[in-house]
Amino acid sequence: MLEVRGVAAFYGAIQALHGVDLDVARGEIVTLIGANGAGKSTLLMTVCGNPRARAGTIRLDGEDITRLPTYEIVRRGVAQVPEGRRIFPRMTVFENLQMGAVFADPAHFQRDIERVFAMFPRLAERREQRGGTLSGGEQQMLAIGRALMSRPRLLLLDEPSLGLAPLIVRQIFEAIARIAREEGVTIFLVEQNAFHALRLADRGYVLVNGRVRLSGTGKELLANQEVRAAYLEGGHA
Amino acid sequence: MEARLPSMLKDAAMTALVAAALGIFIVGFRTYDVGKGLTFDFQFVELGIAVVTIFFGRLGLQLASVGLKWPAFLLGTVLGAIGAAPLRLPSTFLHWFIVLAGVLIVLRTIWPWANETMASVRQSPRGAAYGRYFAKWFGAGLLALAILMPFAPFADQKTMDLAVLILTYVMLGWGLNIVVGLAGLLDLGYVAFYAVGAYSYALLSTQYGLGFWSVLPLAGMMAAAFGLMLGFPVLRLRGDYLAIVTMGFGEIIRLVLLNWVDLSNGPAGIGSIPGPTLFGAVFAETAPAGKQTFAEMTGIPFSSNQRLIYLYYIILMLALVTNFFTQRVRRLPVGRAWEALREDETACKALGINPTNTKLTAFAVGAMFAGFAGSFFAAKQRFISPESFTFIESAIILAIVVLGGMGSQIGVVLAAVLLIGLPEWFRDLGAYRMVVFGLAMVLIMVFRPRGLIAHREPSVRLHPVRAGP
Repeated sequence: MLEVRGVAAFYGAIQALHGVDLDVARGEIVTLIGANGAGKSTLLMTVCGNPRARAGTIRLDGEDITRLPTYEIVRRGVAQVPEGRRIFPRMTVFENLQMGAVFADPAHFQRDIERVFAMFPRLAERREQRGGTLSGGEQQMLAIGRALMSRPRLLLLDEPSLGLAPLIVRQIFEAIARIAREEGVTIFLVEQNAFHALRLADRGYVLVNGRVRLSGTGKELLANQEVRAAYLEGGHA
Repeated sequence: MEARLPSMLKDAAMTALVAAALGIFIVGFRTYDVGKGLTFDFQFVELGIAVVTIFFGRLGLQLASVGLKWPAFLLGTVLGAIGAAPLRLPSTFLHWFIVLAGVLIVLRTIWPWANETMASVRQSPRGAAYGRYFAKWFGAGLLALAILMPFAPFADQKTMDLAVLILTYVMLGWGLNIVVGLAGLLDLGYVAFYAVGAYSYALLSTQYGLGFWSVLPLAGMMAAAFGLMLGFPVLRLRGDYLAIVTMGFGEIIRLVLLNWVDLSNGPAGIGSIPGPTLFGAVFAETAPAGKQTFAEMTGIPFSSNQRLIYLYYIILMLALVTNFFTQRVRRLPVGRAWEALREDETACKALGINPTNTKLTAFAVGAMFAGFAGSFFAAKQRFISPESFTFIESAIILAIVVLGGMGSQIGVVLAAVLLIGLPEWFRDLGAYRMVVFGLAMVLIMVFRPRGLIAHREPSVRLHPVRAGP
C-alpha cells in the first residue's frame, strides 16, 4: 500500500533521512522504532509531504505522492495522528471530531462518530468538554478518534505513548490493535516504546541515524540481540 | 481588625501627604493672563478637597482589602453621594473626582464577593441553565432595543449620530473578528479595507453617478480583492511579524490615497458624495434634477431626522448581516477551518486543511465587510479624506475586538459601546475624558484580562449528555 524508496529528507542543511526504503502492505501494522533523533518522525512527516522528500519516491497504492502537498495526500485516505497529539484545545471533543471529518462525506458522519465513541467511551462522556481540559490519555484518544473520522485507509501514528502512564499506554495500544483488526485500517506506527510497539506490530523497522538498520517481523526484532541491547534492556522491566 | 485601624489611618495620611506634595504645584496654583503678563492665583480649596478625597479613598480601599465589607461600602456610598450632591464645589471636575473615588471603593468592595457568588451560581446546574437562558435572550433584547431606538423619546440628533457611529464600529469589529477572533490572524491594518470601500463608493458615485446600493457590492468586492493582495505576501508570517506587515499595508494605502492626487484628490479629499437613496428617493429638502425626495414620494413632511434614521437602519442592517454571516459560517467547513487554524496550524495540515486557502478566505471575507462599512461611511459623511483612515482607527477597531473577548460577537458590541460611546458621553469632562477612557481600559484589562466575554461558545450544542453507550 505504502512504498518508500530511497527517500532523503533535509531540515535546512541537515540531512535527516539517507535513502530510506520501507513498505507497508494493506492490513498490516508496521512499526518504526529508533532512538531520539534517528529520523522516525521525519520519515512519517515526509510521507505526509512536510517536509518534502528531496530524493526518492513515495507511492500510495501505486500513485506517486512524493510531490503532493499535505492536504492532497490526506485527501487520498492517509490520516495522521501527529506527535504531541495536537488536538484543538478551545474546541469541544465533539467539534474536534468534526474537524477530523471536514472532507469526509457528511452522510456517514453519524455512524463514524458512534464508532469512535464506542471505541473510546470516555470521549462520549466528555463530548461537550473542551479539548484542552482533557487528561493526556483522553487527548490521545481524541487525536486518534479525530484521525479515524476521515475514514482513512492508512493511519500514521507518531509516538502515541508519549508522556502517558503505563496503564493508559496499554489501553491506547489495545485500541490501535482493534482499529487494525476490526476496522481493517492499515497502520504505520512510529514509537520509542519499542517493547509495546514490536509486540503489536506484524513487522518492524529499526532506524539509526536516518538509515534503516534492521527489519523483520515483530517477534524477530523482539528477539534480536542488537535491538534488545539498544532499545529494550533497561528501557522496560 | 481594630488593631489595624491606626496603621490604616497612617497609610491613608501618607498617601494624602504624597498627593498634596505632588498636587501643590499642579492643582494648587493657577496661572492666568492679566494683559501684560502672567500672574498666578492660589487654589488651595480645590487642593484641600482633592487631598481629603484621596485620604478617604485610600482608607476605603484599605478597608475593602482587609475584608471590612460594610465600612468600606458605607464610605464609598458616602463619597459617591457627596460627589453627586448639588454642592457648590469650585469645579465640576471635583464632583467627578469624588464620585469616581466612591465608585471605585464600592467596586473594590463588592468585586470579590460578586465574583464568588457568580462562580458558585455558575456551577449550580440551575444557575448554568439561567445563564444560558440569559445569554440567549440578552442578544435578542439588545436587537429589539436597537430596532426601536430611533422612536425612543431620547433619540435626538446627537444620540442618533452617536448610535450610527457606534454601529459602524460594531460592524467593523465584527468584520475584524473574522480575521482576528476566528482565524487568529493579527491584522493591524484593517482600516485600509475600510478606506478602499469608502474611496470605491466616493469615486464611483461622483465620477460615474452610480448609486449607493449598486456600488455597495462592488466596494465589498474591491476590498476583498485588496484583502487577497495583502493575504498573499503574509501567508507565512504569524504573530508579531504579521502584525507589523499588516500595519505597514494600512499605511501604504493611506499614503497612496494622500499622494495619488489624480485619483483621490489627495489631502483635499472628495466632497459632495451623494447619500444613500430609498427606492430612488433622496433624503433632502429639494431633490436634484430628475429625482424625487423622500417627502414627495411618501407624503411624510420633510424633517432632517429622516436621513439620520435611514442611515441608522442601513448600518444596523449591514452590521446584522455581518453578524449573521459569522454565526452561520462558524458551522460550515470553512469557518471551522478558520477556528482550527487559530488553534493549531500543524494539526490543521495533518487533517488535510489547506492553510493557504483558509487564510486567504479569512482575509478576503474580513476585508469585504470593512469595504461595506467604508462605503456606508462615505455615504454618511459625504466627504472623505485620507485623514479618516489613520492607524489609530485600526487600533481602535482591534481594541474593540480584544476588549470584547476575541471571537465573541456580543463582546464586540459591549466593547464598541464602551470605547466609542464613553469618550462621547464624557465630553463634559473636557480634557479629562481621555483619562477616564484610559482608566476604563486599565480596569477591563485588570479585571477581565481575556476580554469582556472570554467564553467561546461551542458551534454545536448537543442534548444533555447521557452516560456513555
